[in-house]
Amino acid sequence: MTGNDQASSRPTVAGSTPSAAIEVDRLVKVYKQTRAVDDISFSLPRGSITGLLGGNGAGKTTTIAMVMGLVLATSGRVRVLGHRMPEESASVLGRMNFESPYVDMPMRLTVRQNLNVFGRLYAVKNLSDRIAKLADDLDLVDFIDRANGKLSAGQKTRVALAKALINQPELLLLDEPTASLDPDTADWVRGHLERYRKENNATILLASHNMLEVERLCDRVIIMKRGRVEDDDTPEAIMARYNRSTLEEVFLDVARGRVNGAKEAVR
Amino acid sequence: MSGLSLHRGISAHRIGAMILRYWYLLVSSWPRLLELLYWPALQVITWGFLQFYIAQNANFFARAGGTLIGAVILWDILFRGQLGFSISFLEEMWARNLGNLMMSPLKPIEFLLSLMIMSLIRLAIGVIPMTLLALFLFHFNVYALGLPLIAFFCNLIFTSWSVGIFVSGLVLRNGLGAESIVWTLMFAIMPLACVYYPVSVLPIWLQYVAWALPPTYVFEGMRALLIENTFRIDLMLSALAINVVLLVASFGAFLALLRSARKQGSLLSGGE
Repeated sequence: MTGNDQASSRPTVAGSTPSAAIEVDRLVKVYKQTRAVDDISFSLPRGSITGLLGGNGAGKTTTIAMVMGLVLATSGRVRVLGHRMPEESASVLGRMNFESPYVDMPMRLTVRQNLNVFGRLYAVKNLSDRIAKLADDLDLVDFIDRANGKLSAGQKTRVALAKALINQPELLLLDEPTASLDPDTADWVRGHLERYRKENNATILLASHNMLEVERLCDRVIIMKRGRVEDDDTPEAIMARYNRSTLEEVFLDVARGRVNGAKEAVR
Repeated sequence: MSGLSLHRGISAHRIGAMILRYWYLLVSSWPRLLELLYWPALQVITWGFLQFYIAQNANFFARAGGTLIGAVILWDILFRGQLGFSISFLEEMWARNLGNLMMSPLKPIEFLLSLMIMSLIRLAIGVIPMTLLALFLFHFNVYALGLPLIAFFCNLIFTSWSVGIFVSGLVLRNGLGAESIVWTLMFAIMPLACVYYPVSVLPIWLQYVAWALPPTYVFEGMRALLIENTFRIDLMLSALAINVVLLVASFGAFLALLRSARKQGSLLSGGE
């Protein structure tokens, strides 16, 4: 997707795009004295992969948590797959899923038992077949009857991804999906996510510190800093605007407050 | 939404999935199973021998055979019922799994219903062997109480669920730093519920507090049955009325605490 395509499908704050998977409108989250998220707005078209970038404390996880309904916004609105969150979450939670380093799968249950429980929670039809397919796709077969607590970090990440895909979600929210994976496995997971998006026309929003991952996967990048959206465009357009050849360099510019004249002009 | 649904969109499939999750956990861990059995057994043996000794030396207790051991069994229904509920909830906190559940289609009421069913299952595993032990060691047959036992049991389990729902909400809101409340709150109720002595023992002003607690009616009812051979249905109905109020209030408190946890972002942290 090009930047122009995105721009055309991106709504104004006042307007609403019927095909949007996520619409965030003037979202604010204040914890006591801290503005964790400070008046951000964006809209993600269905079928897109968007990277949420930012340093620690930039507000990425809080933003994703508000999209999921796990955290209540102080003000502003969130719509997911056309439904207001969290008021209409019952209509939408079965159509989305997530993976986050802030949650774990139960350790004493085997991988199969965990997937069986979550498959039932999401009312997955032909659950045994679905688990078998995920085990095959994500290479879980060798340890599917092993307790989750006895798996390596990389294996646990793949199991968490299997849980996130158990209901074939239309919307997938991923927080550091390839953290703790070796480069080969991480690359393989990224390939799997790309295929999943194409085959299911799924929307993916991922928070990541891995800039290469974002460059490879995402057709759009939202950069956050101190709770605000610092920039929002295609990776290519952002790199061009900062006159940088990689997103990592852009990330460092933003994190260290190196203001770019070209960027200021655009804004 | 699954095809098999109960009233107002409550899904039996999702409740079943949660029970399956706790069942997997229970049978995968022999210490968890042993813990359910050994403490009730220890209780009934200790108090059973005490009652046996007192009955040989005191005319009143000889007449009121079984009040102590009966109280121990009924107290364990109350205490174990709440622990069975709360421990299943704590398992989610310990496993850092709450975020996964809250993000799933599982509704709070379904979550609570699954915890209630698990408390019954855990109670059955712990208390049925306890009652058999009381029968064979001390010839106290709690099942001989007949229909009143059902009234006692229902009232006690309703109270245990109310307390379980409320303390689970507290842990949800405040994280595992509030875990100690799970283990101790019921003991704060114990002296006021008059488990081992009649309400008349308490000072008058404290009796008003005692009568606000449903278990007080149950233990008074048990003593009336064992000592005077009278089933006080009025006591059971009063306990039931208070239990209904407590259940509604605890569910309301749970929802309010869940909302507060969402405001504070503690569903993602769940820590101390």
